[in-house]
Amino acid sequence: MGGGTSSYQEIEDSDLILLWGSNARETHPIFFHHVLKGVNRGARLFVIDPRRTSSAQWADGWLGLEVGSDIALSNAMAREILDAGLENRSFIEHATSGFDEYCRSVESYTLERGERETGVPAESIRKLAHEYARADRAELCWTLGITEHHNAVDNVLALINLALLTGHVGKYGSGLNPLRGQNNVQGGGDMGAIPDRLPGFQHVESDELRARFERAWGVEIPPKRGLHLSGMFDAMEEGKLTALYILGENPAVSEADQGRAQRLLGGLECLVVQDLLMTDTAAMADVVLPAAAGWCESDGTVTSSERMVQRVRRALSPPPGVRDDLDILYELARRLGSDWGRPDPKRIWDELRELSPMHRGMSYERLEALEGIRWPCYDESHPGELFLHSRLWQEPLLGPRAPFSPVEFEPPVDELNERFPLRLTTGRRLDSYNTGAQTSSYSSPLRRGESLDLSPEDGERYGVLEGERVKVVSRRGSVIAPVRFDTGLRPGLAFMTLHFPDEVQTNQLTIDAVDPKSGTAEFKASAVRIVKLAASQPG
Amino acid sequence: MEKKKPAIQERLPFNEPAPCPTVPVPPGPIPAPPPAAPRDQVTLTVDDKTVRVPEGSTLLEACRTLGIDTPTLCYLENLNPVNVCRVCVVELEGSRTLVPACSRRVENGMVIRTDSERVRLSRRMVLEFLASSVNVSTAPELQAYLEQYGGQPERFGPAAPPEAAEEPGTERPAVDCPTDGRTAATVAQPVKIDNDLYIRDYSKCILCYKCVQACGEEAQNTFAIAVAGRGFDSRISTEYSVPLPDSACVYCGNCIGVCPTGALMFKSEYDMREAGTWKESDQERTDTICPYCGVGCTLTLHVQENQIVKVTSPLDQEVTRGHLCIKGRFGWQFVRGKGRKK
Repeated sequence: MGGGTSSYQEIEDSDLILLWGSNARETHPIFFHHVLKGVNRGARLFVIDPRRTSSAQWADGWLGLEVGSDIALSNAMAREILDAGLENRSFIEHATSGFDEYCRSVESYTLERGERETGVPAESIRKLAHEYARADRAELCWTLGITEHHNAVDNVLALINLALLTGHVGKYGSGLNPLRGQNNVQGGGDMGAIPDRLPGFQHVESDELRARFERAWGVEIPPKRGLHLSGMFDAMEEGKLTALYILGENPAVSEADQGRAQRLLGGLECLVVQDLLMTDTAAMADVVLPAAAGWCESDGTVTSSERMVQRVRRALSPPPGVRDDLDILYELARRLGSDWGRPDPKRIWDELRELSPMHRGMSYERLEALEGIRWPCYDESHPGELFLHSRLWQEPLLGPRAPFSPVEFEPPVDELNERFPLRLTTGRRLDSYNTGAQTSSYSSPLRRGESLDLSPEDGERYGVLEGERVKVVSRRGSVIAPVRFDTGLRPGLAFMTLHFPDEVQTNQLTIDAVDPKSGTAEFKASAVRIVKLAASQPG
Repeated sequence: MEKKKPAIQERLPFNEPAPCPTVPVPPGPIPAPPPAAPRDQVTLTVDDKTVRVPEGSTLLEACRTLGIDTPTLCYLENLNPVNVCRVCVVELEGSRTLVPACSRRVENGMVIRTDSERVRLSRRMVLEFLASSVNVSTAPELQAYLEQYGGQPERFGPAAPPEAAEEPGTERPAVDCPTDGRTAATVAQPVKIDNDLYIRDYSKCILCYKCVQACGEEAQNTFAIAVAGRGFDSRISTEYSVPLPDSACVYCGNCIGVCPTGALMFKSEYDMREAGTWKESDQERTDTICPYCGVGCTLTLHVQENQIVKVTSPLDQEVTRGHLCIKGRFGWQFVRGKGRKK
């Protein structure tokens, strides 16, 4: 099962909060309210981020590491914890496996090596390691700063290792929390919208589990996992995938190495897009199916970053000619020769409850009455789990041991050199969202459009002024954007968003170096250079 | 050096055995938070009735336990009491002054009266002062209290004529109003409209401080506004009274969410009221979940004629406690935007 192990209430009650690769102040503002409750009650906050963000301004310590050096930092922390004898021996012996191999794997990550690879002073690494290991309760939270890398899963494993080393998982106020970037990205995974899982994280390659679904659905299910998004693009390139049906996604803009993505989408024999809005991807489609807004024009559920399944409700009628996602899928099934009857969100949910043990206790009535329930919730008397993995602290241990997973530091794929000396990283701003398809419709007084954010030192170094339009070049493409100075950036680090593709197509620059385990591209680390535009050169 | 990519079949773990756990992990015990420290019960008397409430409760909570209706203006469940409005005062035996129910903690043996002549007079005076100096036309709660307590704000005379308009942003409400005893000093001043999301009409402000709290440590921690000035000249102000776009404001709108008088209002609501199209009785409220990030904030959509006209969040919702961010509160236009199929 994959999901945040803690609840938001525990963030408030924790003693130490680590935000690792997360600018929650801007990207998860109401989660950050819970962080601030904790901070205002005396919790210590550390922010680990290449940029000194608005989240970092609240921190007791900011570790401004080099982009993509997270494993070097976490391994160095682990070695220091071991060196100082601060590991949680009894937890490790009781509930984990692979400890010795893990110890060997972090042996070379001295504080000095940590400082060399990450750029963070050895003393800061030492301090964070000690504080994390000594805290009674510690929450480790991360976002795309960890996962938008070519070694995304390794980055996550490195953080899990730290929690296992110190016993900061499976108890109140201590846990591991990926903050989800979209209102139902957790729910999508829960429902099996990932290549290797059926609903309830049941593995499609387990004959026993698959057979249960085959019996219920009366169909045969392919016994091997499918492709994730990046794999689909590779399959398009190899001519193995020629028809694509996209629901509510704008990959023509949101994919790394946008030029390649657009070329491949354009080369499909058949592209169907089901979306709320006429996005750039929809504009390329052979067939567009206008869909209702899931959050306010239809009924159903979503799952949050604290595993809370919550009801979404229809408050508006969709515009004429626009149909609910379920209506469209049912109609499609009918035309393909399979009549599923009339779509009914509650009936579909009850079917899920039959098939997914972790959702079984979540009737619509209970979801209404309790205003949401956290999974797992095994029966109708079960309150849902406030935090996960309490079994690891049971005497005797319940279920399998939690494995340490040794991982090695690997720098970002897009190497810096004299031709491409600047590290470009990407992220969100408070008032905007992803490719701007939703947020461009409201007028925000905070919005300033796309820019290439640089440190003032780099401005001086490259002889560019605030507001000056420059060409930004990577190994894949180039864009023109105005410069803005941000003192939260240090020399050598640049920042852009994906929010304003009509102004600047930032993904022309990004690299589609993909994590083979998760399919996530390395949006966080491109190598670029700045070229002054002739017209704006002085004299 | 660009590395050549391996072919897809080599790169994707198609043929690896299924990773653990293909078999579900057995359910553990149901996790629970550590038990809260036990609280002693405190016994007191309110309006001749005995009530037992947990130690640390307020008189307001004791009154509500007994079902005694107590007016409040500056109090809100999701904020710490600041006891500035004095409309919740009650009589405490042995106390020289009336005490604010919203913040006074219960003690054993307290004898409280909530409906004595002295309490009623005090509450009525507070409400009359507010209603004579502030435009309460969009504060239905305050109007209801006024009627309940027989308040007659008009007895202070008609509103004093407004002072000549000053530079926008420098208004000092009514500080130099003529006070000849025949007219009532007011805080009348022009509406501040300096952005497309929300307006500030401080002629409707009763200085309850809730917006300052919501902007500050109790929720948003942005500290864009505070109370400036003294006495009747007190007002809510940004730093140096700059317009919102020049202030620290991040447009979460959490100040609107707590405002009890409509002084802070969605621009969409303000415009509809001005146009005479705001029909609160026709509006339906539906709770759903925000379409943006994965925190799971409950949005209450206020819908009139199939259009969202305002977004709030329930105060008792454990994720939001009534608070939202700029996207959740204001970022809903796209459902009726240009990109939709027509």
